[in-house]
Amino acid sequence: MHYHWNWSIFWDLTPEGTGTYLHTLLVGLLWTIATGLAAWIIALVLGSILGVLRTVPRRWVAAIGNVYVEIFRNIPLLVQMFLWYFVIPELLPRGMGDWIKQMRPPWASFVPAVLCLGFFTAARVAEQVRAGIQALPSGQRMAGTALGLTLPQTYRYVLLPVVFRIILPPLTSEFLNILKNSSVALTIGVVELTAAARAMQEFSFQVFEAFTAATLIYIAMNICVVFAMRWVEHRVAVPGFIGPAVASGGH
Amino acid sequence: MFGHFDYAEILNNLPYLMKVGMTFTLTLTALVVVGGVIFGTLLAMMRLSSIKPLSIAATSYINLMRSVPLVLVIFWFYFLVPYIGAWITGADQPVKVGAFLSSVITFTMFEAAYYAEIMRAGIQSVARGQVWAGYALGLNYWQTMGKIVLPQAFRNMVPILLTQTIVMFQDTSLVYVLSITDFLGAASKVAERDGRLVEMYLFVAVVYFVMCIAGSYAVRRLQRRIAIIR
Repeated sequence: MHYHWNWSIFWDLTPEGTGTYLHTLLVGLLWTIATGLAAWIIALVLGSILGVLRTVPRRWVAAIGNVYVEIFRNIPLLVQMFLWYFVIPELLPRGMGDWIKQMRPPWASFVPAVLCLGFFTAARVAEQVRAGIQALPSGQRMAGTALGLTLPQTYRYVLLPVVFRIILPPLTSEFLNILKNSSVALTIGVVELTAAARAMQEFSFQVFEAFTAATLIYIAMNICVVFAMRWVEHRVAVPGFIGPAVASGGH
Repeated sequence: MFGHFDYAEILNNLPYLMKVGMTFTLTLTALVVVGGVIFGTLLAMMRLSSIKPLSIAATSYINLMRSVPLVLVIFWFYFLVPYIGAWITGADQPVKVGAFLSSVITFTMFEAAYYAEIMRAGIQSVARGQVWAGYALGLNYWQTMGKIVLPQAFRNMVPILLTQTIVMFQDTSLVYVLSITDFLGAASKVAERDGRLVEMYLFVAVVYFVMCIAGSYAVRRLQRRIAIIR
């Protein structure tokens, strides 16, 4: 086989003249993180609201949350990406659509990508929040009511503080998913990490070095997030209530 | 808003979208389910094996696949498969592999990691006493696995395996990045040729939605029917 390895390629300058290939990859990493974090804010806020709605004792309110989750979980992410990028500006009133289409280069694809990932992941966060609330003993909700708290107060002071602690591990993996899924945004022109590796491969012909570097960066990112979240879990654990000892459950 | 919506555009291209695009998507999905579940089960068995190197190898493979995005894996295999082909056949030049075969290999390798975790849970859900009973009867590892543990593991995990398959069915749309004509690829080619992005992408979304909703509804019914009462 005739593949010429050249690991020093990362220190070569790109033909675009913007710096080394390593620099290209790191800029890609920054876009991955920026897209992921921005989308995560939408996902967390919207997902929590929807998740709560799905457990409210009003049929039609719960139905809104359920319909949202079914829609966003049953359409492929890539198709949703195209809907946000190509279709929505056409369906909006003309002035607004034109304004969106005329945004300057990175933003014209960054904004739809963030909205798409945010709304997509919100459905998955909603599912976790609902499961978390339903996993609580029903006595918690009753105790809140018995104390004379209103329904919003019961959620705010009794249920949610515990729920968010329980669902930290699944939320961590949803956050990792949003970072990985941000690579789908390359189809609408966001030059995130995978796109940067692809660009490096096209300019330098060093396919495997480029993809190896991207893979290692993704793994490192995963490890950092997992460790950070483990620390957070440890910090917010309620002593004697939720912890590794309970989670692993003996019998 | 929908004043210019051209239904005829969808109707006229329906045969092409279904015959070329949907056939590709469904064939790919079907092959990957079979390949992915078989390879995934083997990975799960390796991961649970008491032979350390096997279990380490399987665990690293699964963790690697699960920590990188599918898009990157698609690119990896697209470039890697020709070299592996050359290595296997001993050719000097990278072997030319068709788009279809390349995507079957990519998705099988990728989804196997996800199926493996499901099968691992399935194998672990079978009571240990069952394994001991198998060995006590004089069965060897493969007989115990094949005749006692795996049938029960599969039965326990069928709903989750099918749900994962619906997710995978949606993920196959990502072959778009290799300009392959799957269902989405076909629609996007028509959309760009005719300048009818709105009609095409909305139609694709509706078709995927209906198929996946129907699929998850069927899974839920099946789950109720085959649940083992303990």
